[in-house]
Amino acid sequence: MKPLLEIKDAVKTIYNDDDNLNILNNINLTINPKDFLVVLGTNGAGKSTLLDAITGTNRLTSGQILLNGDDITSENLAKRSRHISRVYQDPKSGTAPRMTVAENLLLAKRRGLPRRLRLRKLKENMPEFKELISNLPTLDNRLNTFTEKLSGGQRQTLSFLMAIIQKPELLLLDEHTAALDPQTSKDLMELTNRIILEKELTCMMITHDLSDAMKYGNRLIVLKKGEIILDLNQEEKNKLTETDLLKYF
Amino acid sequence: MNLIVSTISQGFIWSIMAIGLFITFRILDFPDMTVEGSFPLGAVTAVSLIQSGHSTLYSLLIAFIFGCLAGFATAFLYAKLNVPILLAGILTMTALYSINLRILGKANMSLTKSTNIFNQFGLDKLPTNFNGIILGIVIIALIIFLLIIFLNTEKGQAVIATGDNETMAASIGINTTVMKFIGLMVSNGIVALTGGLIAQQNGFADVNMGIGVIVIGLSAIIIGEVIYPDVPLSVRLITVVIGSIVYRLILMIVLQLGFNTNDLKLISAIILALCLALPTIRAQFLKTMRNGVKTK
Repeated sequence: MKPLLEIKDAVKTIYNDDDNLNILNNINLTINPKDFLVVLGTNGAGKSTLLDAITGTNRLTSGQILLNGDDITSENLAKRSRHISRVYQDPKSGTAPRMTVAENLLLAKRRGLPRRLRLRKLKENMPEFKELISNLPTLDNRLNTFTEKLSGGQRQTLSFLMAIIQKPELLLLDEHTAALDPQTSKDLMELTNRIILEKELTCMMITHDLSDAMKYGNRLIVLKKGEIILDLNQEEKNKLTETDLLKYF
Repeated sequence: MNLIVSTISQGFIWSIMAIGLFITFRILDFPDMTVEGSFPLGAVTAVSLIQSGHSTLYSLLIAFIFGCLAGFATAFLYAKLNVPILLAGILTMTALYSINLRILGKANMSLTKSTNIFNQFGLDKLPTNFNGIILGIVIIALIIFLLIIFLNTEKGQAVIATGDNETMAASIGINTTVMKFIGLMVSNGIVALTGGLIAQQNGFADVNMGIGVIVIGLSAIIIGEVIYPDVPLSVRLITVVIGSIVYRLILMIVLQLGFNTNDLKLISAIILALCLALPTIRAQFLKTMRNGVKTK
């Protein structure tokens, strides 16, 4: 199987006066289509830096990133966004607060495409948006609500929908349920899992929740001090308990 | 009565500048000091061109284009060279002072020719000061119409998203740098156009006429928002016009009360400060009232 994403010898160094620090230290990682990869690690392990490097928000010091075999290491964020979408930890990061839910969805529907000087097609897209949120009680009938009026859970659900509305080749979830209350977090995680399986998405999810890490995904890696110290497939993961995983922190 | 009509006329014309400022201050969500340079830039350009025999409409068109270039300079400093927006605006504003002096050749110039846009196209047949109101309404309607159309295009939505949440906008592939260029150029173009109009209305251009312009624009925006909170973006453009007229009426009342005209800038700043503080004062007042009711 041709890998979807290949990260080769990735190094990210922060240059200090006293000492240089490798946030990512020679990372090598391959993600295949339909993989649901869960990433664990302590704070400062390099998890978000790895996602930043994949999206192009933060460039690598050295190394290479290939998407479908094409080298995207020097491509900018806008170009990469055609293929890669991301949901951030903070519900406020993923949506435009002074735009309505429908307007946000419309923006995301043209992810990575040039924005032209032609009228947007909001009305034409409303049936699709209604369908999209029809099974989500939190967002039902909220298409014309300004996003700033939504709760954190509703905003994060919207951020997730925006990330998947135009099927991404790679979906990145950066602790996307961490800022939510337990019930909302559970609901969003179940929605995430259902849609990933239904749409056969390739996903990389960072989490600090060990039970979520055990329950979801078909592959698990643990990062420590910028290095991958554990890489398990579904079979190997099934043999582990949460207590076993704790030993790697 | 004539004074009120004159004040309303000024409110209409100055609201065009406030609409320009609205693009950066409320849509892109940053304060742009360039306007204090681009406003007199429009004025000196228009007066110089009219004095050298060009038509009033042509002078306004060139004023608009020069304003766009001023916005381009600020955008380049801010979005390309990462100069903080406040500093980028101040730098362009400072540079424009010399450019304005170069264009005009001296610190101020009167429009010796009787021709200006306020007495053309049949406007001279209207009663005193009504020409400003009619011309203001026509230009405002045109600008608001074009802005609403633009803001409803894919590009316009991308500009709004950039101001609303740059991280999100960038992550869905919007080139936020380009959007900042568009916003700053259109904004300063409109501000310079207003400078050209005001110079024609007053009959002169002065390189110092930009001082305090940002306060006038912000006052119009904030007063409009205080009177009409929570309205859609397209309606907010109209509230800016209402805010501008109300601001001019407040100034007129204050001056009628006997304040010195030298204190105009001080009074303008106090009015803006009061408008900005109004939501906090109102919240504190309501909180005190609620606590008072509970205690009883």
